[in-house]
Amino acid sequence: MTNLSSESVDGVVSPDGRHLTSPMATEIPVAGRSLFGDAWERLKQNKAAMFSLFYLVAMALVCIVGPFFSPHLYSTIYPDYVRTPPSLSPYPSEAGIETALDDVLRRMRLDKKEWRQDGDRIYVTVTSSKDIDERNTRYLDRSDTFEDAKLESKSADGTEAVFSAAVKQQYFFFGTDNIGRDLMTRTLVAGRISLAIGLLAGIVAVVIGVVYGATAGFIGGKTDEVMMRIVDVLYSLPFIFFVIMLVVFFGRNFVLMFLAVGAVLWLDMARIVRGQALSIRRQEYVQAAEAMGVSQRGILQRHVIPNLLGPVVIYMTLLVPQVILLESFLSFLGLGVQEPMTSWGVLISAGASNIGTANWMLLFPAFFLVSTLFALNFIGDGLRDALDPKDR
Amino acid sequence: MLLYVFRRLLTAIPTMFVIVTLAFFLIRVAPGGPFNQERGLSPEIKANLEAQFGLSDPLWLQYWNYLKNLLRGDFGPSYNLPDFTVAELFQEGLKVSIPLGASALVLALLFGGTLGIIAALRQNKPADYAVIAVATAGSTIPTFVIAPLIQLLFGLTWKLLPIGGWGDGALINKVGPVLTLALPQMAIVARLMRGSMIESLRSHHIRTAKALGLSDWSVVVKHALRGALLPIVSYAGPAAAALLTGSIIVETIFSIPGVGRYFVQAALNRDYTLVMGTVVVIALFTILFNLIVDILYAVVDPRVRYD
Repeated sequence: MTNLSSESVDGVVSPDGRHLTSPMATEIPVAGRSLFGDAWERLKQNKAAMFSLFYLVAMALVCIVGPFFSPHLYSTIYPDYVRTPPSLSPYPSEAGIETALDDVLRRMRLDKKEWRQDGDRIYVTVTSSKDIDERNTRYLDRSDTFEDAKLESKSADGTEAVFSAAVKQQYFFFGTDNIGRDLMTRTLVAGRISLAIGLLAGIVAVVIGVVYGATAGFIGGKTDEVMMRIVDVLYSLPFIFFVIMLVVFFGRNFVLMFLAVGAVLWLDMARIVRGQALSIRRQEYVQAAEAMGVSQRGILQRHVIPNLLGPVVIYMTLLVPQVILLESFLSFLGLGVQEPMTSWGVLISAGASNIGTANWMLLFPAFFLVSTLFALNFIGDGLRDALDPKDR
Repeated sequence: MLLYVFRRLLTAIPTMFVIVTLAFFLIRVAPGGPFNQERGLSPEIKANLEAQFGLSDPLWLQYWNYLKNLLRGDFGPSYNLPDFTVAELFQEGLKVSIPLGASALVLALLFGGTLGIIAALRQNKPADYAVIAVATAGSTIPTFVIAPLIQLLFGLTWKLLPIGGWGDGALINKVGPVLTLALPQMAIVARLMRGSMIESLRSHHIRTAKALGLSDWSVVVKHALRGALLPIVSYAGPAAAALLTGSIIVETIFSIPGVGRYFVQAALNRDYTLVMGTVVVIALFTILFNLIVDILYAVVDPRVRYD
């Protein structure tokens, strides 16, 4: 349970300093807390971070599971429901039925005499100069609004007939987009993509950055100098140039591209890890361990890695929102995820170009993206406070 | 001081050289070329065009020629906007981007700085929390959400501003873009200012100034502010370089003819000279503003000397 580094924190940073010499310390062994148990305790005190953590988990669950329960597919197009405003009550509305019916009758080339609604079925009386074909029901079935169409009765000369059809009830809680797809399903599917990309590219960046930075920091000397000079040069190129070059190289294959994006974002990580590695190596407890003959491997495992993990975890939680933002930015420019697949950036881009007619197309995805970014930032801040013993 | 500036300008030359070289070869390694469009040119015409622009020469010769021309200040012609040279495109575009970016920067520094100072003076009081909330929101909400929201609120709902367009630089057309550019920067400046002001107010010379009975105003503005400015100065340098060279998001959403759009367009069209021009311009601005930052350090903090 006891971890060497937490002992050193308890022992050395003790405010009165008497801790080390006090006889109490030897008589009653105090149960040590690990560095991470300690950090978790402190994180639990931070209400904003804990709320954000729950929010983020809930968001991820809803995005992953939600689309399975949705009656709509993210790619299904309902031509009758283009830019339908969000509503908690089912569509079609009274006026919507009439419009859809008129549309169907126009396709049938029949004239409407009268229509009425009875329960969830509609009855429409139509007239024509020619004999009415009963196969006309398929026009009704083909519409998004009606199903189960029947020919109820037909006049003797065949120029007047009554058709009936059930009204198909549809819910669009977030409305539909500019070509008639359910925005709620799309927003949730987009969330899957955005979160997955954030995590994927974040991990790639962390792995490369940690390996590179730790190598430079440990070997030191000339190697360190050369390795960090390379980082400096890459830094001085405009970042967006890099990303666009990656798009150019990898085409629109987004998995490959975001692995590559992760491979660009490692620069900060490498600098942070190198700096940490350098400073940890010079700490007294590492020197003490060396003097006591602890092997290089032991020092790495017990002192260096636990102390590196803090900044790495913090930086990773701050990196994920960066990646999500970058993905949204690229998708916004049309360089990221391609239709009909979607991400929050794609949806916001579509929303921005339809704000005049369908502002919900902007507001829902923007709310999802922004609230997720907020949650991630609060968690990152909370972790920084929890993991940094100096900054309490 | 002059000697220092001169030395810094000299060290910028190898940096520029590395950046130009890297960018030149990176964009050339990318598959495709400026004349491989979808409509397809007949091979003869394509060969002629490539010969005219020297694209059929060996790569090292093209690189050498580009460097030579660049030293003379010649950025070459744009391949995809054939009636313009890259220099002309930037001249026109920067006339739009620089005023926008500069106004946004000034706004961000003034308002962000003021908010930060207020928060620091009222630490852990409602005003402080309000500033922190605004700053967190401003730095979290991405530009491509802020911009359409501004269009939606000010343009469509309240009809105060035009939704987009440049309108030959009419003031009212600049409000939306400048706000969009300024808000995130303002948030960051407010955060930085709050932190460094709190630190500065704790220092010994402030305690002394208070003990001497100086007015609050004079303590804050004359003494504490000066010490708190350093982080702001070092942040403002790169931020200024980024703001003045245009933002693709803001220019796309508000349909503004600035230079921010060129980068993405040019890279996708393999408009080699325009890409290189953008890289050089951004690098120049970055180097220039880093130099200005270092000079300002010495102005703000007399302990910093470059002799």
